Amino acid sequence: MSLTLPNDAKTAPETGRRLLHGLAGGTPDQSLETHLERWGELRPRHHLIDELDASGLVGHGGAWFPVSTKWRAVAAGGRRRPVVVANGAEGEPASKKDALLLAHAPHLVLDGLVLAGSALRAQQAIVYVPRTSVEAVEAAVAERRGHRLDPIAIEIAESADTFISGQESAVVNALGGRRGAIPAFVGLTSIRERGVGGRPTLVQNVETLAHVALIARFGPKWFRQVGTPDNPGTMLLTVTRPDGPLIVEAVLGSSLRKATGLRSEDAARARGFLLGGYGGGWVSPATFGELPVSEKAARRAGATLGAGVVALLPPDVCPLAEMADVVRYMEGQGAGQCGPCVHGLAELAEAMERLAYGGPSGPRVERIGDICNLVEGRGACRHPDGVARFVRTGLSVFSDEVTAHQRRGSCSQTHAARVLPVADRAARRRLVSKA
Amino acid sequence: MSRWTLELVVDPIACDGRGVCAEMLPERIELDRWGYPIVDGGDMAPALVDHAVRAVRACPKQALHLVERRC
Repeated sequence: MSLTLPNDAKTAPETGRRLLHGLAGGTPDQSLETHLERWGELRPRHHLIDELDASGLVGHGGAWFPVSTKWRAVAAGGRRRPVVVANGAEGEPASKKDALLLAHAPHLVLDGLVLAGSALRAQQAIVYVPRTSVEAVEAAVAERRGHRLDPIAIEIAESADTFISGQESAVVNALGGRRGAIPAFVGLTSIRERGVGGRPTLVQNVETLAHVALIARFGPKWFRQVGTPDNPGTMLLTVTRPDGPLIVEAVLGSSLRKATGLRSEDAARARGFLLGGYGGGWVSPATFGELPVSEKAARRAGATLGAGVVALLPPDVCPLAEMADVVRYMEGQGAGQCGPCVHGLAELAEAMERLAYGGPSGPRVERIGDICNLVEGRGACRHPDGVARFVRTGLSVFSDEVTAHQRRGSCSQTHAARVLPVADRAARRRLVSKA
Repeated sequence: MSRWTLELVVDPIACDGRGVCAEMLPERIELDRWGYPIVDGGDMAPALVDHAVRAVRACPKQALHLVERRC
């Protein structure tokens, strides 16, 4: 079977709907034919890294690191030809945007991966995705191979279903880098110099690669047509609401509340908002209402946008019980390699459970803050730092609930259904009620 | 003109909290309540360097490092 490839580049979308442009609900049409009709053929770019630099694209796996800087570091990483990895592991339970992109627009991601491979003269290109996305990616890769579309073979590897599976060095280790779930520390060598198979390695989030595929087609000026000068382009958000998760594409610098599709009355009625996921931070409805889609602004508010998780906590739940369950989940999701994180997160989880589920005179906020101090910055990765931020900001945003629990013990909503998704919650609740 | 500083760094994966370092260099290292070192990471005064080197060598897990940094 042959496929006619349109020669003319397609018109670039002018609105803020880019990655999601042309995508509709229902069964995804992820065929190569549809992809090429929508976006046109991919042509080799000779100065792609400079164009990425000019575009101001940053990584959307959570770190917001400039893409061109990362690619240049890998290019300068050593004499051996590098490995490029499209990272779709998305270990954060509240994030669904990478899975959506892999299901509905896998070719955009693969375009980006192939572009990275060409720009860095890579030896190997790997797509690293959870089991649920493997089938869609396999079909897309087979289709491209059938049409001899790419100058480099694309391999697929299945990611583990754990919170830290998408963390850059965990990816490298899973793909045959150094031993252990998280790498040898001390920052003596970076995976950009020695990663998969000892080669310089680029690990880039799948959404970021999809943006690369569009910048390669339409250029950095087009990319900057939406957003602000220091916050250009768009990003995907996973919005968790009582009626289920929703994926939206938000223009950077625009109103976060409007981007999430929430009416101001509904946003104001919420208990609070979790930004950036379980390693992120809580903000009050008032703060949320004023925030732009901007990592800098989120940081100033004590949180982070991270990989784009925005979770609304509705008025009829107990925020402390939600927090306790997440902290216990995060404790179980550590790599278990650094003492302060192992001991500290266990103490944090216990303290939060006593505060949420226990009787009056639970642990004092100062004591919980002390544990946060003891775990922060003391692991090889940022897992403990994220949990500390989650707890600190939550105790501050929900200070009224904390006071109420300390006076009267658990509240009437403590045992209501939970909003924030974590694994094996039922098993754990039995454990807690026995204690 | 650039100058070099010496900083103590703990490899948190290798460290299993034996506490030898805190005994040998109490000026810069204390232990948390689980027995893991909290290091004062600032520049090392010349008078302390010998002690720091001894603490690095004494770590049974080779988890303590003295790192040279240009600043």
